[in-house]
Amino acid sequence: MGVVAATVMSATTFAGSAQFGAITVLDAGGTLVAAIAAAVFLNARYIAISVTVASIFPGGRARRLLESQLIVDESWALAGRSGRFEWPILVGSGLFLYALWVVSTALGTVLGGALGDPNGLGLDAAFAALFLALLAPYLRNRRAVQAAGLAAVITLVLTPVAPAGVPIVAAAAACLLGLKR
Amino acid sequence: MTDVWIVVAVVGVVTVLFKAAGPVFLGRRALPPRIKSVVELLAPVMLTALVVTQTVGGDGELSLDARIPGVAAAAVAVWRRVPLVGAMAVAAVVTALVRALA
Repeated sequence: MGVVAATVMSATTFAGSAQFGAITVLDAGGTLVAAIAAAVFLNARYIAISVTVASIFPGGRARRLLESQLIVDESWALAGRSGRFEWPILVGSGLFLYALWVVSTALGTVLGGALGDPNGLGLDAAFAALFLALLAPYLRNRRAVQAAGLAAVITLVLTPVAPAGVPIVAAAAACLLGLKR
Repeated sequence: MTDVWIVVAVVGVVTVLFKAAGPVFLGRRALPPRIKSVVELLAPVMLTALVVTQTVGGDGELSLDARIPGVAAAAVAVWRRVPLVGAMAVAAVVTALVRALA
């Protein structure tokens, strides 16, 4: 994948896992449809995520469409850690992450191999730790802990048998614990 | 147009629509309480699924490797209220060390 395509993808898609997913499939010789499907599965969670913050965006439809593109796992998780979602945090951290993401994609594709294998540096574990640190403030009551436990089980069970992204979407079923009185 | 550009275009448009789904199409209408209590669990649930995928996810399989001690160390760091970037550094260093020694 060229520098321009990678950078344009970061600017327009702005969702790392889907970008890696689609490109991994293409690199492995997968079909166009398989690559698109991988990315769509990986990003399907954003439908549900965007519903949780639907009410915090001010202004008209055009402005909401634009600002909603700043929703990523990290900006969303940071915006909600106080117990309710806050628009300034979502947009502020979203803008920061967007700039960082686009610039580092361009740098990464230009420098490429000179950086060595990023996983040799433990970057894959660092991203797991990032999500863990973002998760911690949400485990504030028993129901959230139960739902998280169920989500972990669903993800573990489905990972060996389902395409990438599907286990994460399926884990959303754990939210149904919220219907329990 | 090459395959790469088709993927960039299609995935870009789909992602924009996914992210806009709530704010644009649902807007500021309040959710019914039952739905709200379901939606509220989405953050812990999605973040847990992402932790699990990023820790033991492999290419269509569970892959138990040096990420596990790294994430375990980060879990202790998070529990001891080490800030986010510090917890990430702990995970990266421990995992890189285990890999270097293996």
